[in-house]
Amino acid sequence: MTLTVEIASWVLILLGSFFTVAGAFGLVRMPEIFTRMHAASVIDTLAVGLLILGMSLQAGFSLVTLKLLFLLALFFFTGPVVTHALAQACLHEGVKPMLREDRRDRNRPQSTNANDGRQS
Amino acid sequence: MFVAAAVAVLVALALAITRAIMGPTVFDRVLAGNSVGTLAIMLLAVVGFLTGRPEFLDIGLTYGLLNLIGTLAVLKFFRHGDLAYDVDDELRS
Repeated sequence: MTLTVEIASWVLILLGSFFTVAGAFGLVRMPEIFTRMHAASVIDTLAVGLLILGMSLQAGFSLVTLKLLFLLALFFFTGPVVTHALAQACLHEGVKPMLREDRRDRNRPQSTNANDGRQS
Repeated sequence: MFVAAAVAVLVALALAITRAIMGPTVFDRVLAGNSVGTLAIMLLAVVGFLTGRPEFLDIGLTYGLLNLIGTLAVLKFFRHGDLAYDVDDELRS
């Protein structure tokens, strides 16, 4: 394997590892279900895509690469389906999205408190 | 390099399980369970490369299909209260 392919595969796998941890961190830190879905979709798309591309560069042109690409296609189709079903179920159960600000009275003078409009 | 990826996936698994235990609503737990499934597949792939036996990917493919079915089944149960619920029956009646 040439050095260029090796370095590209390293970079892809390390980036994928970073986005895996970042998505899982968002899953814990985000305030409510819809924003948590947004964080979890980072794992389902970016992290999985980068890890699988890096691993298929490691595997070369073989059956393993084909299986990895099948795995990528599986995530490509099931991720949006699951997220859509979850959002529909949430809205059906009456879970309201948390809004950062109510824009109906946005001409009101800005408040001067330190938390910058965030809800605790 | 594969060790770093495996450690990252394990840390992410721990965080996702934290959310599954903490989650205030059942949907948080379903979302965390789906993420745990995704991360388990990635852990299977990475550990397969780490030990030089990438044949574990078949198990990963099967687990991905089961993960989809399981998540949709749980969501259907919590939305309709019945796994055999048929939307077409409601439309016909």
